[in-house]
Parts: sequence; structure tokens; C-alpha cells
Amino acid sequence: MNNYLIQYTLNLADNALILGHRNSEWCGHGPVLEQDIAITNISLDLIGQARNFYQYAAQLKADGSTEDTFAYLRTENEFKNCLLVEQPNNDWAKTILRQFLFSAYQFYLYTELQNSKNDQLAAIAEKSLKEVTYHLRWSSEWVVRLGDGTEESQQRIKKAINELWMYTGELFIAADYEIKMTENGYGVDPATLKSKWKEKVKTVFEEATLAFPVDSKIQTGGKIGEHSEHLDKILADLQMLQRTYPGCEW
Amino acid sequence: MKNYIRKFYYGDIPEDKSGGNISDSKATHNDWPLWEVFIRSKQGLDHKHAGSLHAADAQMAIENARDVYTRRMEGVSIWVVESKYIHASNPDDAKSFYEPAEDKVYRYPTFYDLPDEVKHM
Repeated sequence: MNNYLIQYTLNLADNALILGHRNSEWCGHGPVLEQDIAITNISLDLIGQARNFYQYAAQLKADGSTEDTFAYLRTENEFKNCLLVEQPNNDWAKTILRQFLFSAYQFYLYTELQNSKNDQLAAIAEKSLKEVTYHLRWSSEWVVRLGDGTEESQQRIKKAINELWMYTGELFIAADYEIKMTENGYGVDPATLKSKWKEKVKTVFEEATLAFPVDSKIQTGGKIGEHSEHLDKILADLQMLQRTYPGCEW
Repeated sequence: MKNYIRKFYYGDIPEDKSGGNISDSKATHNDWPLWEVFIRSKQGLDHKHAGSLHAADAQMAIENARDVYTRRMEGVSIWVVESKYIHASNPDDAKSFYEPAEDKVYRYPTFYDLPDEVKHM
């Protein structure tokens, strides 16, 4: 049971870390200074959430693992993040849409997780929810701005929807650790979040004059360690220093 | 050589074009108006001018202000106003505006004895 709890916690942590890392790639490259700061703020929030979950997972594992070994020394197939968060930034519209789709999911997930029978998970969820509420608000407004903006901005966000939609289905399909953790009241069954998520996305898309996509093919695997080639590149970047100079500090 | 940066006196923002940043590029930045940001650091205190930023609309300006100016717990309330709506005094008027007050010390309430109980005066 402990093993499932560790996997569950790592899934939460990895989602936050990988999306945080993706957003951090915008640092110094944002379309305007103010948005550069906004997206990197979100990055820091997410990496902060990841740290909380990693620290808890390390405590559970009690084999000398630390938050750093989880982030820097695991291989690709040990990461349990969903495929959505590892998708490349490409342009601003895709980054915004990825953030919006994930923040909406995270918002309902953390809202429910606050009631977890596991005090630690409930506490981290409660603390993080304030941040996620802002991420959702910020990204929603950007989706509206792009969708209901110029011809080009609408084209770009539509392209982003086409590219990312197939990765949203995975969020709501429970992995075995999620099923186990739902059974004992520690975790949340992601399938139960789907209708609220859909409602939220629909509302924002409507305001943005964007059509809600019909259910298409669903790509899965990330949550059980089967990733796209993108995660490999992220880890190469993220882990390079610790792999080259093990244990180095600065 | 184009003149990329036009310098303005502090608080002296021209009304024709908000912002002093003029450039050739097509970057959206230039389409976004400039906003002045005012932050209240604590309940009961005044909003103070914190700086300025670019944003497409008021909502975005408030969010940008939140991200740019309140990351280190600087505020509990934010006001934004488009810079073009601020009317400023002209630095050339400084002489007639401010100097006449210089020799009128009797306007300072410094001739009163304050009781010790009164603090923060």
C-alpha cells in the first residue's frame, strides 16, 4: 500500500515539475517582459509544489531518497507525469493552452484532494490550490484573448487545440495507483473530475469563440512511465549537471 | 538611425502616444498601452505609485501588476490607470509653481508645542 502511495505522490510531483520546467524554458524569451515574469512565476509555483510532493515521497520511501534524487536521478520510465505536460512549448498559444487545460484539471483535483484522509496530501493540496486558482484565471483569460483576438491569434490557438487535445483524455483515466489510493480515501479518482473539467473548458472556449473539440483519439502512457520522446530531451537538460558531476552543489 | 528611445521626464507622459518606447518592429508590445500601477502595501495605507507596465486591457494590467510588483508580498490592493489619463504638471513651470513656497516658513505648523503623549507627528 505504501508503494502505491509513493507512486501516487510521485505522479502529482512529476506533473508539477515537468510543466514547471517547460514553462521555465520561456525565461528570458517571453513575448513581452510582463508575460515573461508571469509565466516564470507560474513555473516557480509548480516547482514549489513538486518539491513538497517529492519531500513527502522521500519521507515515505525512507531509503535515502531525497527530493533531488527524485528529480535528478530517475530515468525516463520512472517519471509518472501525464503526456500533456511534457509537450513542447512551440508558440505562446500552445503554452497557454497547455497551462489552461492542465490548470483546470489541477484545480478540481486539488479541490478534492483537500479532503484526503492523508493529512500530508490534503495540506499540500490546500496550499497549492491558491496558486492554481490564479494559474487557471490567468490562462483562461489568455485563451479568451487569443481565441477572440485577431485572425492570427485565433488560428494559433486552434492549432494548439488540434495538437494538444489528444493528450487530455489521459488525465481522467485512472492508473492502478490512483485506483488504489481512491479506495482508501487518500486519493481522487480522476474520472470523477472529468465532467467539471469539461464544463469549465467549454465555458472558456465559448467565451473565446472556439469550438469545443469532439472526442478524438486518446494518447496515454505517461502516467505509467511510457513517455513521448519529448521527456527524454527535458531530462537531458534537467539532469545534465547531476549526471555529469554527481552530488555537485552550488 | 532611428530614434528608439525617447526620454521623458518622470511623470511627464505625453498624451498623444502612451509610453516612451518607439520602435520599428511589429512586436505587439507597441500596440499595448502603458499603465501606471499603484500598490497599497497594508490596509489603511495609501496606494503608492509602484511603476508602470504594458498591457492590452485593465484586467491584464492588474494581473501583470500582480506578477511584476507584488511577488515579494508588497501589496494587498492594486490600482491601475492608463498612463494617458494622467495629467502632469510641466517641469518648465517649476519656478512659478513651487519656488514661491520656499520663503513662507509660517505655513509649516512647527511653532506649536506638542504634548509628549502625541506620537507620530
